[in-house]
Amino acid sequence: MLKEENKIFKNLYNKLGWELENSFKRDDWSNTKEIISKGREWIINEIKTSELRGRGGAGFPTGVKWSFAPKKLGSRPHYLVINADESEPGTCKDRDIIRFEPQKLIEGCLISSFAVNAHACYIYIRGEYFNEGKRLQKAIDDAYAKNLIGKNACNSGWDLDIYIHFGAGAYICGEETALLESLEGNKGQPRLKPPFPALVGLYGCPTIVNNVETIAVVPTILRKGGKWFASMGRPKNTGTKIFCISGNVNKPCNVEEEMGIPLKELIEKHAGGVVGGWKNLQAVIPGGSSMPLIPKDLCETLKMDFDSLIAAKSGLGTAGVVVINKDQDIIKCMARIAKFYKHESCGQCTPCREGSGWMWRILERAARGEATHKDIDLLSDVTKQIEGHTICAFGEGSAWPVQGLLRHFRKEIDKRCYSEPVIKKEREIPYLVDQHLLEK
Amino acid sequence: MSLKKVHDKQPDDFEFTKENLETANRILKNYPKDKKKSAVMPLLYLAQEQNNNWIPLAALKYLGKLLSMPYINVYEIATFYTMYNLSPVGKYFVQVCTTSPCLLRGANELVKTCQNKISKKQETLSENGLCSWTEVECLGACVNAPMIQVNKDYYEDLNKNDMEKILESFMQDKPLKPGSYRGRLSSAPEINEKKPNGINNA
Repeated sequence: MLKEENKIFKNLYNKLGWELENSFKRDDWSNTKEIISKGREWIINEIKTSELRGRGGAGFPTGVKWSFAPKKLGSRPHYLVINADESEPGTCKDRDIIRFEPQKLIEGCLISSFAVNAHACYIYIRGEYFNEGKRLQKAIDDAYAKNLIGKNACNSGWDLDIYIHFGAGAYICGEETALLESLEGNKGQPRLKPPFPALVGLYGCPTIVNNVETIAVVPTILRKGGKWFASMGRPKNTGTKIFCISGNVNKPCNVEEEMGIPLKELIEKHAGGVVGGWKNLQAVIPGGSSMPLIPKDLCETLKMDFDSLIAAKSGLGTAGVVVINKDQDIIKCMARIAKFYKHESCGQCTPCREGSGWMWRILERAARGEATHKDIDLLSDVTKQIEGHTICAFGEGSAWPVQGLLRHFRKEIDKRCYSEPVIKKEREIPYLVDQHLLEK
Repeated sequence: MSLKKVHDKQPDDFEFTKENLETANRILKNYPKDKKKSAVMPLLYLAQEQNNNWIPLAALKYLGKLLSMPYINVYEIATFYTMYNLSPVGKYFVQVCTTSPCLLRGANELVKTCQNKISKKQETLSENGLCSWTEVECLGACVNAPMIQVNKDYYEDLNKNDMEKILESFMQDKPLKPGSYRGRLSSAPEINEKKPNGINNA
């Protein structure tokens, strides 16, 4: 279990107060000037030493990402954009950082902006987090008042302005290029990559996009040293992470823990165990709804870090752990997730726009016991046609959970299916259409 | 992508009040001078707030002129993002999260309560005109599931009884306070274990 002194977010539950004065007591802003005076190279190297990987889902090494930004400021300004569009089902960590540790985020913004040569930082927060955004604005105003940010921030000689931009209820805007489109005043539809935002991002300028948690841990890493951070977890999967444990557990909660903590320990020690006991566990979604589920037998020994979960054919994603017990209908549960993706697809790429609907409808039918075995083969095929054939990773995010279900629960599904089609009447339709969309 | 119905009865004109115009100009300063378009999202919120929580087409035209954007681009944005209401909603606009983490903890009961207390159909005003409700996707408070958002506030850790009381209070225009309804401290694990038994997603 993570030692209290190694916790980065000491005020995760707001027991100590979020206000600026209280955050000073937790060492925020204590030697920011000194850190900045060590220079860009030192900061980026220290982050590389810490082996910090992005906390937004993809797990890309943060230090490496920062080093992609042009070293010298050219004719175009650089931007830092913070992704606070937290909408992955099962994930609610950024909300607590924004509510209760806003100064960590703001200090992180200053240091990271300096590291990537940015004088302007936009925080893109989801529109539903209105109260949280208001809180963050208050924290930013407080920081301005003390000259922690603004002109010559912390007397470091660096100027930084931070702006909040509210989203308006589109999951896809959590994808970094969709987020940039949205910031520019367009529909949130992802861009083709390359060029990557580090070279051509917001308004066509070099832009680094990072998750809230990634940026909020930066000041502490630089204060305590990259080696300290790397000493927790295991190589390439270092540090601490906020896990959100929701679903059928006795005490759902957010908790900061060491990377690589066994899943069973996370559920039993922190979340009060599975409702109905461990034996009543059916499956776990380990990293937010985009990651394939993991059945009970694999959960026994599973470790919660990037590479262990990839080995288990899933992923750490945002570390939103959704526990599903045996009282639940797993097919219905995954059908609901498929509906989520159908609702949130931005509509830009055909395989995703159409495929997400197909997956949802077939799963709904399967849950009702109206699907045929052939339908399930079709479902499997649809997931393969979406995966890898879309502009952004949303395609994978929608197809993987269904693939996970088929991989581990095919037997359950087959038990509910028929060999004979439910709709027998042949129709003469000149174009391809899902027969079940028509009336029975 | 969401399907949204534009209201049948549209006002002829819309323009920002003097106060809101000042706010709009302040918002515009957040973006580079030649990137006025970036302000379209915050300004749509502003228009929504000014017009009883829904945006008439006249406002889209007005914003198009204000930001030198074609009307259709503003329209596209207003229809792409789910939080812009293009038809009237209740004074208390109840949004029930029904995505899987909430569903696993009984969000379907909350939906039924809305149907009984407010209106059978989503996005329909209650008889007294005070409330309307809709199902929404993940609101990002999964460890406090099931939960609802009413206007700007989150009501968390609900069960059927709490939900009935809360909706009752809106229908009488005396809203109960937001927050956790099991007396929890934010997202911390509860000290007293309360086992929610017999919840399923059927």
